[in-house]
Amino acid sequence: MSTLQNTTEQILQLAAAHFKVPRETLTADDDFFKKLGINSLQALDLLTRLEQHFSIELPDYELQGVSDFRTLAERIQSRL
Amino acid sequence: MNGFQGKTLSWQVVDGTIELVLDRAPCNEIGSATLADFESFATALESLQKDAHALIISSARPEGFCAGADLRELYRRSEDLDHRERVAGLHDFLGRIHMVMNAIDAAPITTIAAVHGVTFGGGFELALTCDLIIADKMARFCFPELRLGLIPGFGGIPRLKRDLGNAVVRDLLLTGRSINATKAQSVGLVSQVAAEGDALRLARSTAVQLRKFDRATASAAKRFIKPIPYDMLRREIEIFCDLFTRPAVEAGLRKFVESKDPLPYLP
Repeated sequence: MSTLQNTTEQILQLAAAHFKVPRETLTADDDFFKKLGINSLQALDLLTRLEQHFSIELPDYELQGVSDFRTLAERIQSRL
Repeated sequence: MNGFQGKTLSWQVVDGTIELVLDRAPCNEIGSATLADFESFATALESLQKDAHALIISSARPEGFCAGADLRELYRRSEDLDHRERVAGLHDFLGRIHMVMNAIDAAPITTIAAVHGVTFGGGFELALTCDLIIADKMARFCFPELRLGLIPGFGGIPRLKRDLGNAVVRDLLLTGRSINATKAQSVGLVSQVAAEGDALRLARSTAVQLRKFDRATASAAKRFIKPIPYDMLRREIEIFCDLFTRPAVEAGLRKFVESKDPLPYLP
């Protein structure tokens, strides 16, 4: 079973690759809206990619108020 | 008229397939201009379908298929109206959009929605009028209306209930959550999931397959298996109009229109 640390790392790698930012510029505590410069539609896109990557369903209401990678990873981890 | 270029959409007939393409920034929100173009299409469909065996509806917008009703226009138009005028205007708008949706739903040719990205609210309802939904793997489906204090108003609930189990309808309607294409296929909503950017190609390939069948037989099969829930559709308009004039709806619309929230599309 994946650890929270491992899940976080996978999210950071996926976000870096898709939004074309260097992985080393992202940290778990970053606000992904600000750091990736994404809007709500791009956040939905990220959600879909994360669901596919982890083979989970993540209801979007669970992401309300979530803007940092660490909390996002915790939400995902609870469904793995 | 075998081709048309409107302000918000266009259509042409290609090898016996009518291709209707939505193209209004940012994500094909359905307001008065789109409705007028849709009405032109519904009128033209009568003659177009004589020479066609299929209809494909898709979007040229990279953001998605359609984000639903144009809530900003809806809010602006109702701002200065009194209660009676608001309901009358809304009733007229919904009656007109239902006529378009019913015309597509009842078309005697096989209809395909080729969707990608945001397929929300009225966009989801438009897809539900089609016989088949072919979805890009990045498509998401959602009925966010409850967060505005409303129900879907373009025929969504009766058509979703026609096509899927009641538990799935309740899940989508009452939670307002969005689901991805894989989930939508697993519950029976989507017939095929395409690779990213490939939904229209798959829809065209499916349209080629449809051409092999006798048109009258396909039409009879469709009429037999796909009844149009007219009574529920009419009731939906009444419920929507009843709900619309409540203060909670005005507050919800204002919040949406004025929102600086980075996630205004999420419930």
